[in-house]
Amino acid sequence: MIALSDFLILGAILFCLSVAGIFLNRKNVIILLMAIELMLLAVNMNFIAFSHYLGDISGQVFVFFILTVAAAEAAIGLAILVVLFRSKRTINVDDLDTLKG
Amino acid sequence: MNFETPNIIPAIPEITLLSLACLILVVDLFVKQENRIITYLLSQASLLIVFLLTLFTFTTETQFTFSNTFVRDSMSDVLKLGVYISVFIVFLYAKDYLRQRDMFKGEFYVLGLFGVLGMMILISAHNLLTIYLGLELLSLSMYAMVAMQRNSKAGSEAAMKYFVLGAIASGMLLYGMSMIYGVTGSLDLAEISQKVAEVSDQKLTIFGMVFLIVGIAFKLGAVPFHMWVPDVYHGAPTSVTLYIASAPKIAAFAMLMRLLVDGLSSLQPHWQDILIILAIASMGIGNIVAIAQGNLKRMLAYSAISHVGFLLLGVLTGQQAGYAASMFYVLSYVLMSLGSFGMIVLLSRKGFEADNLADYKGLNERSPWAAFMMLIFMLSMAGVPPFLGFWAKFAVLKEVVAADSLLWLAVVAVIFSIIGAFYYLRMIKLMYFDKPEDTQAITADLDLKVALSTNSLMVLGLGLLPGGLMALCIAAIAH
Repeated sequence: MIALSDFLILGAILFCLSVAGIFLNRKNVIILLMAIELMLLAVNMNFIAFSHYLGDISGQVFVFFILTVAAAEAAIGLAILVVLFRSKRTINVDDLDTLKG
Repeated sequence: MNFETPNIIPAIPEITLLSLACLILVVDLFVKQENRIITYLLSQASLLIVFLLTLFTFTTETQFTFSNTFVRDSMSDVLKLGVYISVFIVFLYAKDYLRQRDMFKGEFYVLGLFGVLGMMILISAHNLLTIYLGLELLSLSMYAMVAMQRNSKAGSEAAMKYFVLGAIASGMLLYGMSMIYGVTGSLDLAEISQKVAEVSDQKLTIFGMVFLIVGIAFKLGAVPFHMWVPDVYHGAPTSVTLYIASAPKIAAFAMLMRLLVDGLSSLQPHWQDILIILAIASMGIGNIVAIAQGNLKRMLAYSAISHVGFLLLGVLTGQQAGYAASMFYVLSYVLMSLGSFGMIVLLSRKGFEADNLADYKGLNERSPWAAFMMLIFMLSMAGVPPFLGFWAKFAVLKEVVAADSLLWLAVVAVIFSIIGAFYYLRMIKLMYFDKPEDTQAITADLDLKVALSTNSLMVLGLGLLPGGLMALCIAAIAH
């Protein structure tokens, strides 16, 4: 039997991986988008685990909404990426440095 | 399981706005570019319609609907009215600016209206799910709006930064929500509040609460989660900055109230400590870094960060009077913020952005009235009596002093507010005592001039008679 804490630890590991991915990655914006997606999936893991062990369905409903919103978010993120690439000809994170101060 | 038809009456303004926004989306397809003004007029008409709908069904009792996921009380009604008014002003100010830059397209208005819908849902949310959905509807609209000027390098870079940081914030918020759900087994804020009070071991709840606060602080733009604010304000077209800097602050305040006050009221001592740190850091970093800015949009962004610090002061007292003071603060701040970004729009013209401090040199010689309006906004933001900003600061500070053992915090706030006065006064010095570098006449349409004058006179008038708005906020929180 897998305990609730195992799922939570897995969720926490995935979440930390995604945060580390966002902050360590200096090369490619697409990897940032993947890390963001991973972050939302880590949350989904938590919700489903809780929902199962609490015997309450609303957590699973929440997951459906997160998945839908994540899809919309990815669409907007990729659209912004296209705009960015058209104007700057690069998607390197380090090159996003015109705005500072 | 039987299906009950939900009572849709409390959500009528939201449903109306959704239908009207979809209608405008379709109508806009059939409108030729030279008749784009139709989209603009329809958007303003929709805001007017929902304004009247909310006003005439104004409620002082709390109504729940859609299985308690949606709440309508007087706080939500007042905040929604504030959102409609500020977005109405944004659309009005932005019209000529968009026209001069080939951005006078339906997208701005449709995204703006969907953003308003998101804010309304966020304001009326009574469930973690509705909070998340309202927040995302608002955020997704704003990400797209920031990237609207497609050939602008700064715009697309700002949009990308905003998107990535906003998505991290949503992720953090959701992680916190999952923890709270795990502890309480419910997504409903009232049930959460009740269950959290009963739980004996608060460790996991506090763990979740910290993540929730991180998410809220990101959306409010409080230090240390403020990195996106200056970049987005600077990089976005001023018409969009106007939008981002105004109404969403009201929605973020509502989110703070719903999650911490409605949902986690029994953890007040714990979130008070975190909010104190956020407030001091925001007031400090915001006011000090603003001094170093040469760009007015960036300067106002840091000033926004410091105002968020003040806004948090009222909420962290954990008293009803404190919440009312914060609500008064956010409404007055939005009015001042609209005015000061409106001034950038007024002074900009085709191919020229009046967003450097140097562009304001000698404004008094070029246009005494414009300089006087800017003077009102700057003094009001600095918190000089008798302007509105003074009463906003006074109200929150009064509540902090009244709270137990927080007197030191009020002293810190006053010190930072005095430091902050420097860069507002520097603007006034530039406008009144320097020689103009830019001698072009200020050309703007009459409606923009009239609206901006009304806005500045409102800041002055409400500053002379702040009682009405204050009483409204107190009554809205009390019910």
